[in-house]
Amino acid sequence: MKNTLRQVFHSGKFVVGFCIFMAMLLTVIIYPLFIKDAPLGIIAQGTFFPPGIYVSTYDSINSNTTYTLMLNDAVAKRIASKLNNDDRLAMKEWLVGVGIPADQINPEDTAALLDQWEKNYDPAKKIPGMIFAKQRYYQRLNTSISGLLATEGEILAQQNAETGTLEQIGMVNQSDFVNISQVANVRILPLGTDNFGRDVLTELVKAISVSLQIGFIAGIIATLIGLVLGLLGGYLGGWVDDIVMFFTNLFTVIPSFVMLILISYSIGQDKRGATTIAIVIGFTSWVWTTRAVRAQVISLRNRDHVNLSKLSGHSIIHIILTDILPYIASYVVMALILQISSAILVEASLSILGLGPKTSDVPTLGLMMNWAMIYQAQILGKWWAYFPVLLAIALISFSMNLMNTGLDQVFNPALRD
Amino acid sequence: MKGYRKYFLNKLLWLLITAVFAFLLNFMLPRLMPGDPVAAITARLAQGMSNSTGMKAVYEQYQEQFGTNKPISEQLILYLKNISKGNFGRSFSQFPRPVADIIKSAILWTLALQLPAIIVGWLIGNTLGVLAAYIRKGFDKFLMPASLFISSLPAFGMAVILLVIFAVDLKWFPTSGGYGYDLIPNFSWKFIWSVIVHYQLPFWSIVMIAIGGQAIGMRSMSIYELNVDYVKYARFLGIKDRKIVGYVFRNAMLPQITGLALSLGTMVGGALFVEIIFNYPGLGYTLLNGIMGQDYPLISAVTMIITAMVLFATFAIEILYGFIDPRIKAAQSD
Repeated sequence: MKNTLRQVFHSGKFVVGFCIFMAMLLTVIIYPLFIKDAPLGIIAQGTFFPPGIYVSTYDSINSNTTYTLMLNDAVAKRIASKLNNDDRLAMKEWLVGVGIPADQINPEDTAALLDQWEKNYDPAKKIPGMIFAKQRYYQRLNTSISGLLATEGEILAQQNAETGTLEQIGMVNQSDFVNISQVANVRILPLGTDNFGRDVLTELVKAISVSLQIGFIAGIIATLIGLVLGLLGGYLGGWVDDIVMFFTNLFTVIPSFVMLILISYSIGQDKRGATTIAIVIGFTSWVWTTRAVRAQVISLRNRDHVNLSKLSGHSIIHIILTDILPYIASYVVMALILQISSAILVEASLSILGLGPKTSDVPTLGLMMNWAMIYQAQILGKWWAYFPVLLAIALISFSMNLMNTGLDQVFNPALRD
Repeated sequence: MKGYRKYFLNKLLWLLITAVFAFLLNFMLPRLMPGDPVAAITARLAQGMSNSTGMKAVYEQYQEQFGTNKPISEQLILYLKNISKGNFGRSFSQFPRPVADIIKSAILWTLALQLPAIIVGWLIGNTLGVLAAYIRKGFDKFLMPASLFISSLPAFGMAVILLVIFAVDLKWFPTSGGYGYDLIPNFSWKFIWSVIVHYQLPFWSIVMIAIGGQAIGMRSMSIYELNVDYVKYARFLGIKDRKIVGYVFRNAMLPQITGLALSLGTMVGGALFVEIIFNYPGLGYTLLNGIMGQDYPLISAVTMIITAMVLFATFAIEILYGFIDPRIKAAQSD
């Protein structure tokens, strides 16, 4: 046993897969210890806030201490972030219109562009062929640019309760800074929010853990059924084997997802918990394990040590437990790993169809994917809503496949590199 | 030919048995579930309805329509009678369109998409598998983890990634549909071109999914085959590598054909999800619409058609296999 384990951990593929898997498992266990938010808690009003650090504007304006930092490039940065690409191209268009050669204008160079703009822009000037709306657009653009170029700060005003007039209570200068650690409300959303306004990372960690649980339950059920049927069919042979093989062949050709769809649809949305789905998946995916176990048992059945055991009058259960199971244990473990990873994929697929676990309980990887697809995150370019989910699914299943290939190479020397 | 006929009849019998079982499952599963499906449907339809007499009327109407008030044997006969006439009932979500009509318009899209894609993916995957096994070092090192990773992605994941890269970012292909939404199906060049453009992304998604799994299987198969005596002998004789790979390919291919027959169900299932991601007007998309619209007759008809298609394709592959592998004939004529 110890020797086998050592051998297994010498396989590079297995170790890589094992490390990825353990890293995910540890994340799932440790993350909730530190961040105790409810995974389905809605924190954002609006859909798909991009990833980043969210600082309360109110708190930063009212923060007790403000710092003055004199940064040379602050103005340039501020303007660069306000002027979007379309505006820059429109400015270039105007400048070309008033007769500046196009190769002297570089929309990327903010300072030079603003310089040229200030020298050449004249709201009264009419460029032939320009429609009125466009002219107004340039006037607005000019106003906002001069607003950007202003050097004074913004005034904070408060309405006087008695007279109803605005009174200045403070001033925010352009060189004022706050220290983020002194702002009362800062929320880091490493993966933004989803369509419902939930923190994607917290939701994802919970979803991985639920999906892994679904995988384990389904995998163990499928492996147990497969093991029992395979052992019975392979060892007993005769009519038992015929029956086992009949059903195995039957359910190999009848697509299992068809049964899954029919069963989950019949159960109904309200009664479909994550566990129910896991059990249903387990009961529809035992076929491959049965086949593999049966084939192994048949090859073992007439080995000398089994025959010897039979002659010594051991019971069938004893023979199976001591003379057959240890020899097929590696196959069973490999089958279990494959079953777990495929169950996670199956849950995700079912959820995409809208037949996954009910949506109010816990998130799963499939449900998160389903929500992102329904709200068209992929078309809107909100990558944080679906890509981490896909990556999580792929990593779980990749790590398990790697472990499996590693094991396969340890136990089937012919496959070794 | 005598041995082959026996093989053929054997497989035909098996096709019939599985068809009957699949049919029974399709019929029984929703009825075996705890709870009354008709009550569930009524509850969904009657949401917000406060009139209990009205709800009762709706319930009774559906009970009559599905025949759930009759004993189960009578229901089965009724069901059989309807199916044999090609009558799948009327769709709830697209009432009063007959389900058979909806299926008819979807099935061609699915066949035209999945059949070529699965075959192409299978061929490419197997070729890559043999190459990986033969070249081993380097190529194998790169290709093996890559195809493992690709085959770890669920089918819809591959579709989403291709969609985002080629349709949303690069805008080379449209994001959804089977043809331009501004076109009416006809035989003009514009329409055919639109169909071809819309076809690419779903097609290559299915191909990519098929490649990953097949390449890995073929690699192991070929590694076994490469250690067999005839390969060593051929090497001693100084036969060109390319020719040896050809032999190995043919021999390792045979189990892969059976493998295709066995995994066809899974592959078709995956391809259905590709259709869903691309809103391709095939059976997968119809199925999703059925589920979204709580349209039980449509769901049951789609699952039935998919099962029938998979069973028939499996049968066809096995028959073909009998032709290709002479050992089958020999085994049967003993």
